[in-house]
Amino acid sequence: MAHPAPLVAPQPSLAAELKKLIGADLLAHVFTVDEDSITVARDAVAGVMIALRDNLEYQQLMEIAGVDYPGRAERFEVVYHLLSVTKNHRLRVRVSTDEATPVPTIVPVWPNAGWLEREVFDMYGVLFAGNTDLRRILTDYGFQGHPQRKDFPLTGYTELRYSEEDKRVVYEPVKLAQDFRNFDFLSPWEGADYVLPGDEKAGGTGEAPGKGAPTPMTAKDVKASDDKAKASPPPTPKTTDSPTQTGAGAKVNKAASKTSRDGAKSKVATKEAKTPATTKAERAPAKPRAPRKPKGGDA
Amino acid sequence: MTDTPHVNHYGGDLFEGYPVDTANTAGDQAVTNYTINFGPQHPAAHGVLRLVLELDGEIIERVDPHVGLLHRGTEKLIEYKTYLQALPYFDRLDYCSPLGMEHSYVLAIEKLLDLEVPARAQYLRVMFAELTRICNHMLNIGSHVMDVGAMTPNLWVFELREDCLNFFERASGARMHSAYFRPGGVHQDVPEKLLVDIGEWVETRLPKLFGDAMSLVIDNRIFKQRNVDIATVSKEDALAWGFSGPMIRGSGIAWDLRKSQPYDAYAKMEFDIPVGTRGDCYDRFMVRVEEVYQSAKIIKQCLRDMPTGPIASLDRKVVPPKRGEMKQSMESLIHHFKLYTEGFHVPAGEVYVATESPKGEFGVYLVSDGTNKPYRCKIRPTAFSHLQAMDMMSKGHMLADTTAIIGAIDVVFGECDR
Repeated sequence: MAHPAPLVAPQPSLAAELKKLIGADLLAHVFTVDEDSITVARDAVAGVMIALRDNLEYQQLMEIAGVDYPGRAERFEVVYHLLSVTKNHRLRVRVSTDEATPVPTIVPVWPNAGWLEREVFDMYGVLFAGNTDLRRILTDYGFQGHPQRKDFPLTGYTELRYSEEDKRVVYEPVKLAQDFRNFDFLSPWEGADYVLPGDEKAGGTGEAPGKGAPTPMTAKDVKASDDKAKASPPPTPKTTDSPTQTGAGAKVNKAASKTSRDGAKSKVATKEAKTPATTKAERAPAKPRAPRKPKGGDA
Repeated sequence: MTDTPHVNHYGGDLFEGYPVDTANTAGDQAVTNYTINFGPQHPAAHGVLRLVLELDGEIIERVDPHVGLLHRGTEKLIEYKTYLQALPYFDRLDYCSPLGMEHSYVLAIEKLLDLEVPARAQYLRVMFAELTRICNHMLNIGSHVMDVGAMTPNLWVFELREDCLNFFERASGARMHSAYFRPGGVHQDVPEKLLVDIGEWVETRLPKLFGDAMSLVIDNRIFKQRNVDIATVSKEDALAWGFSGPMIRGSGIAWDLRKSQPYDAYAKMEFDIPVGTRGDCYDRFMVRVEEVYQSAKIIKQCLRDMPTGPIASLDRKVVPPKRGEMKQSMESLIHHFKLYTEGFHVPAGEVYVATESPKGEFGVYLVSDGTNKPYRCKIRPTAFSHLQAMDMMSKGHMLADTTAIIGAIDVVFGECDR
């Protein structure tokens, strides 16, 4: 046992049963993280649900979730979570759609799909053909837009407040007293999708190196690497006893080995001090300060 | 009805000056249905529920619940927060059982990470989840009996709820929004004295005070008249409408995720699942009453078997080190800084993890794209399916039964509206 999440009885024969039952409408079946999920053809979803309920004992519809993937041709996924109380198993059924294409409703199969479909419609704008009560459910009366879409801003477009003058609640465009702060804490070396300033000079594709975050180490890996570190003690630390060991090059070594009373007058230091920026700054005449006007007028 | 004219106190005609349709006044046979608003500001609506009721006299013909008045966009906000920053939002969903909400979320993360959790953390989580269940049921039982007319038991069980909240405060520092369960374990260890006090409370104060309060209610004639045979739900209906928790058990289906899909240390616990026989409001109420005693049993087992050891995973790529450790070691300082700014990365994938929250199945559908923020976090509230069945349950009942039905659903709008 690794993670403490709910244990579910495995269903080794499920893949074959699904294939037999759904046939060509079953587009994909994956088993990851101990969970079965299938993708089915959009237009067949109502029939598939009836088959799953009546033949494979998935009696309960627990959830319908929408997910938005703006990069895909059919950007929305509608994800149904079914539960079998007799087999003690969960099944995830997904269909994909876009803004315009409706998904067949499953209200005749499970009556509680009504509100769940209303929520997906409210949040994503996915249409459900055959749902006779497709009103908004969570957002305000008269709300516009679909807030869970990835292109909908977190702050929204309107805000409301109680107006003392009008003696009612008024709607106004969002005015932020302070900009919304969205800190990007992604490490620029792993997973950030921008190029660090200056990196473009190094050539290359402009892609950040090492895209895709590494999976965190498990406790076992950490222990293994700790043991490995303990097994091989680190080599004796490098020390520099004389200037020749700095590895900086013959010219600098010579300069560094010179004993000087005044460090600023050594050859290397003078060279560095004569950068154009400094000399320019030295030559630039200081801007004369405007004479202060006397305060207080004729007092 | 009688043919007396409409006379007011002053002897004049009540409808003087108004056109009166004498053929269709109140009390005539032809009464048309009328629609009333129940809520959103109604003490028995348990929050901001607006029910549009279509009544035939006092008989309910149709119910249209309007929810979403407490919608705060939690799921959208979570997409903009790291995994750890998103945790406190779960306390604020069902604010009557905050730790039950956190439980699903941390388990979902741990499942995606495949992270091992030490035994002591699992026992602590189970113990506090059961304390949360008691805490939640105290509120629901108390307000349910108050909705149907009893005052005293509510005051008594609120004493117990206050005790639970004090325990949460001693463990986490916060009475309600504890943020105590963390991915990988719990936030901090509990003091020894707290465990002693909880054990004492479960042995003495809880059974005595709760038993006293319930002895006033469960055999009470008025309470039974208000609840027995109200909103009867058959097994088939309970399955079809997606019921869970005490609602499905009240209908006679022995389905409890703690038993059937055990998580954390529940597999080692011994407890019974109470079920109802008729599926009415009284059964749902009694299921909750019995669950309190079963929770107490689980808490005692946790206290008896709880091992010593770490209270969170030692994987420093997920669980930040304690502050004291951070002052001593450079490595810890780096981990601390990285975990509280960037946070940990969760491998790409998706999970649906549901736990038995006090109100039913509370699920979290977590989609990760491999970064430090959830791509999508869909919350499966318990109240959504239950409230949807209001129309089915209250059709044909009297207006006054609505409060009993809502009370037996145990709805909290922070969770329903998200």
